[in-house]
Amino acid sequence: MSTLTIRSLRKNYGAVEVLKGIDLEAQNGEFIALVGPSGCGKSTLLAMIAGLETVTSGEIRIDGRLVNSVAPKDRDIAMVFQSYALYPTMTVRENITFGMESRRVPKPQQDEAVKRVAAFLQIEPLLGRKPGQLSGGQRQRVAMGRALVRDPKLFLFDEPLSNLDAKLRVDMRTEIKKLHHRVGKTTVYVTHDQVEAMTLASRIAVMHQGSVQQFDEPATIYNRPANMFVAGFMGSPAMNFLPAELSEEGGRPTVVLPTADGKTASLPIVQALPSDTPRQLLLGIRPEHIYRFDPDLARRKPSIAQINAVVELVEPTGAETMAVLRLGAKEITGRFDPDGTPRMGETVTLGIDMARACLFDPTTQRLI
Amino acid sequence: MGDVSLDQAQDRHAATVAARRHFLTRFVIYGLLVIFAAIYLVPLLVVVLNSFRDQQEIARNGLISLPRSFRLEAWGQAWSTYCIGGTCEGMQRSFYNSLKMTIPATIISTVVGAMNGYILSKWRFKGSEALFTCMLLGVFIPGQISLMPWAFILGNLGLSNSTYGLIVIHVIQGISFTTLFCRNYYVSIPDDLIKAARIDGAGFWRIFRKIILPLSSPILIVTVIWQFTGIWNEYLFGVVFTSGQQQPITAALVALTASGTNVRAYDVMSAAVLIGALPPLLIYLFGGKYFVRGLTQGAIK
Repeated sequence: MSTLTIRSLRKNYGAVEVLKGIDLEAQNGEFIALVGPSGCGKSTLLAMIAGLETVTSGEIRIDGRLVNSVAPKDRDIAMVFQSYALYPTMTVRENITFGMESRRVPKPQQDEAVKRVAAFLQIEPLLGRKPGQLSGGQRQRVAMGRALVRDPKLFLFDEPLSNLDAKLRVDMRTEIKKLHHRVGKTTVYVTHDQVEAMTLASRIAVMHQGSVQQFDEPATIYNRPANMFVAGFMGSPAMNFLPAELSEEGGRPTVVLPTADGKTASLPIVQALPSDTPRQLLLGIRPEHIYRFDPDLARRKPSIAQINAVVELVEPTGAETMAVLRLGAKEITGRFDPDGTPRMGETVTLGIDMARACLFDPTTQRLI
Repeated sequence: MGDVSLDQAQDRHAATVAARRHFLTRFVIYGLLVIFAAIYLVPLLVVVLNSFRDQQEIARNGLISLPRSFRLEAWGQAWSTYCIGGTCEGMQRSFYNSLKMTIPATIISTVVGAMNGYILSKWRFKGSEALFTCMLLGVFIPGQISLMPWAFILGNLGLSNSTYGLIVIHVIQGISFTTLFCRNYYVSIPDDLIKAARIDGAGFWRIFRKIILPLSSPILIVTVIWQFTGIWNEYLFGVVFTSGQQQPITAALVALTASGTNVRAYDVMSAAVLIGALPPLLIYLFGGKYFVRGLTQGAIK
């Protein structure tokens, strides 16, 4: 049973098309992340689900009911805002009960609900305070409390962690994940942070320029990105794209790339290719699938292919070390274990895991 | 080592020079401020002193002089017995007229301005910006231009020569300002609050009452001060559209200074002027405090 269904949804502001036919659905209890760069339309989409923006065309259904022109309060949703949007003149308790007061929920029931939510989020000691007296993390928690107390069909989160500092953000991310596990409500979560999307979501919709580029499980989005935008957006450092030519060696298809020493290298393709594969390709390799070659590794992973590169720059981060490597005219980034880090200026033999490589058509930018 | 001590001596010297220059700058700034404050305050002081002096003493020693006597009679006369244009009841009637006009006009124009500001900032509709621009024009149009239209309107409404007529004028003339103030203040209240409240099931009025109004005290106090002093001190409409017993205090004050055929009663005039100036002054004194308090709360974020 799907809680949220969106069909060919469009939004125009005058002549500007912000959303160009969005199709999405969320199964009961699912956690959907809408991720994309700023201006991709993800927040507009969320506002339309909430009923804060009008629908130009298409349909939004919550629990099967068409809600295109239903007021926000009647959609059975709750929303957490980026700015938390706590009512500044009210105490935490009043913030949480405001919605119930508006709906004329009887007082004993309100008290009951506040008690339940406050215990759940461990904010009992804060109930008498004003939002101005709370820290960022506490405000975040109160904002979630205000959403939880409704017990809605659908939770909407609009970049709820982007106002927090880096450490707190990671903590709250974990808490949101735990919360979702315990509550089990369908959630739509907008973020521009691909790590948040990867860690939280059961399915991710990657958006760009008003349309959904790919809507799938995190692992699929990461390992088999539908196009070059998704491949480049998800993952940090980003996937490396190398222009290559399709060839053949001993009856097996290969890609030929220029190497550091001005020669070319031929890497065998592991995946099966469709018959209409273009001659010119883009080889996409994630930094963590680039290794320092050694025979042991090749024995363990038969899909490893060798190629020479010059180390241009080394960036240690502690847990791992990034190295900028030159291959012909292109620079690529590799992610290495600090122990086996190449030195600057060194020519290294790399082992590339071709089983994890992605091939893209340069004209359509789509995954082959 | 020698170099270091030389440097230190130089530093000390530089520090003294800087301190001396700093002192001199302060001295000039404060000196100028004192002079300007005196320029503003001396006329007020003269009026205050004259209101306690005897008429004969003023005549003998001139308008600007320290009081030799201290009496409150001029205040009593100015309030209740002095004759203006044939009626001998002092300023009290016009004082009440002004209150009767200023208080409702201030309240109504502030409430309407707050509503307008709320709508124009948080419930925008097609053309609301254009409407706001039109309302702003009212800020720039001088009152004299609207004298004739107002005469026509008041005549048709049957409100000429009445305090109600003046209330209508001041409410409508004031809406431009109150709307401008409130709208610009409400723009700074995050829209997310309104969105959250809408999802919470609050409507137009509930959002206004429960979220916007509690945040509004700084701007409402500014608006009330502005409107109250503006309306209280307004003269042109008062003198044109009312006469005799209906006049507000500004018009009555001018009538008082013009009515003396023989000796000018400077003591009574001074007291009358001060009576006329008292309400706005009190508003500033009390409102100013709340205004600063409202600002320092910075309640929005």
